Amino acid sequence: MIKRLFIFLILAVMAVIFLKLATNYSENTVLSKLGYYYAEQGPAELGAPNLVTAVVVTYRGLDTLGEVTVLFISAAGVGLLLRRTRRKDDDEDLEEGDRAEETAGVHKPASEIVETATELLLPMVILFGIYVFLNGHLSPGGGFQGGAIIASGTMFLLLALPESHISRLMIAMIESLSGFSYVVVGVLGVILAGGFLDNRILDLGTYGALFSAGAIPLIYVFVGLKVGFELSAVLDRFRKEDTGPL
Amino acid sequence: MTFLADIPISLIVLCSGLVLVLIGLWGMLTQRNMIRMIVGFSLTDTGIHMVMVSIGYVTGGTAPIINDAVPIAEAASRVVDPVPSALVLTAIVIGLGVTAVMLSYAVRIYKARGTLMIDECTESRG
Repeated sequence: MIKRLFIFLILAVMAVIFLKLATNYSENTVLSKLGYYYAEQGPAELGAPNLVTAVVVTYRGLDTLGEVTVLFISAAGVGLLLRRTRRKDDDEDLEEGDRAEETAGVHKPASEIVETATELLLPMVILFGIYVFLNGHLSPGGGFQGGAIIASGTMFLLLALPESHISRLMIAMIESLSGFSYVVVGVLGVILAGGFLDNRILDLGTYGALFSAGAIPLIYVFVGLKVGFELSAVLDRFRKEDTGPL
Repeated sequence: MTFLADIPISLIVLCSGLVLVLIGLWGMLTQRNMIRMIVGFSLTDTGIHMVMVSIGYVTGGTAPIINDAVPIAEAASRVVDPVPSALVLTAIVIGLGVTAVMLSYAVRIYKARGTLMIDECTESRG
């Protein structure tokens, strides 16, 4: 009872604070100083039409590197928590064929509609993901969004063909290579341009073209691949039974 | 319906976000099922994102993408603040990572105990 009262009290206090926030709120009519600087100088300085991308990848690039690191750690944590816990003596008793039979019974096969739709849509979903992260500096989107779309393609695959085998080695290789390349691009910024993750190591190019804005598309390709494969690995871990080898 | 037109759009988003935060907090504090607590966390997370985005809104502003629709000369007076949007982008990804780890803990506890109720996992309590 006291606990309930306590919870009610917390919520009431929060509600009062929020009410004050909401009643004293007035919409901005001008940009904040920082936002004004980014809007005024951003396009000329970095050559990226999408200012959010300019802020995420270059002005606050270090935050994004930290964000990628957090995502990596959480993917590693999921992998650690959901690793296979099959005991060794069980393993020895089962013949290879028995085990295949055992795991085959676990999954209910997907319906024909889902399977056909996946075959049709999967290439398009992955292509769309690539489009989104390649155009991150020109239009809404970017590495994280594109990566999430690619991972949704993996989700499709896992729904339609639950038995499908996803190579963990390939995922680990692509993930670590793109993460490593991201840091290398950042360090190149220190050597060739103004600082860590500076995008002006490459030519800024024509404003609004696909290959422009210096290293931003390059960084977003790495981020997109890394996020896409990381999330795919997480989804793979959440499958009912692990069938693939480690 | 005329009084609705006077309410700034960002205030509506702000209020919805704050209400979501409260609902999520209520869920996290009162529910005993772990999956429901995680849903509560996600609601709070989304609410905070909405609040942050609404704070960056500028009256009559458009997306901060400087192309043919918004010429460079008018950019500073016509776009919304890009900084909160960028921060929310970061926050969404972090929230996703935290949710994934929480869910895998829930799966792990369910495998070990056969229950999702937090009350039944008490032996580590001091």
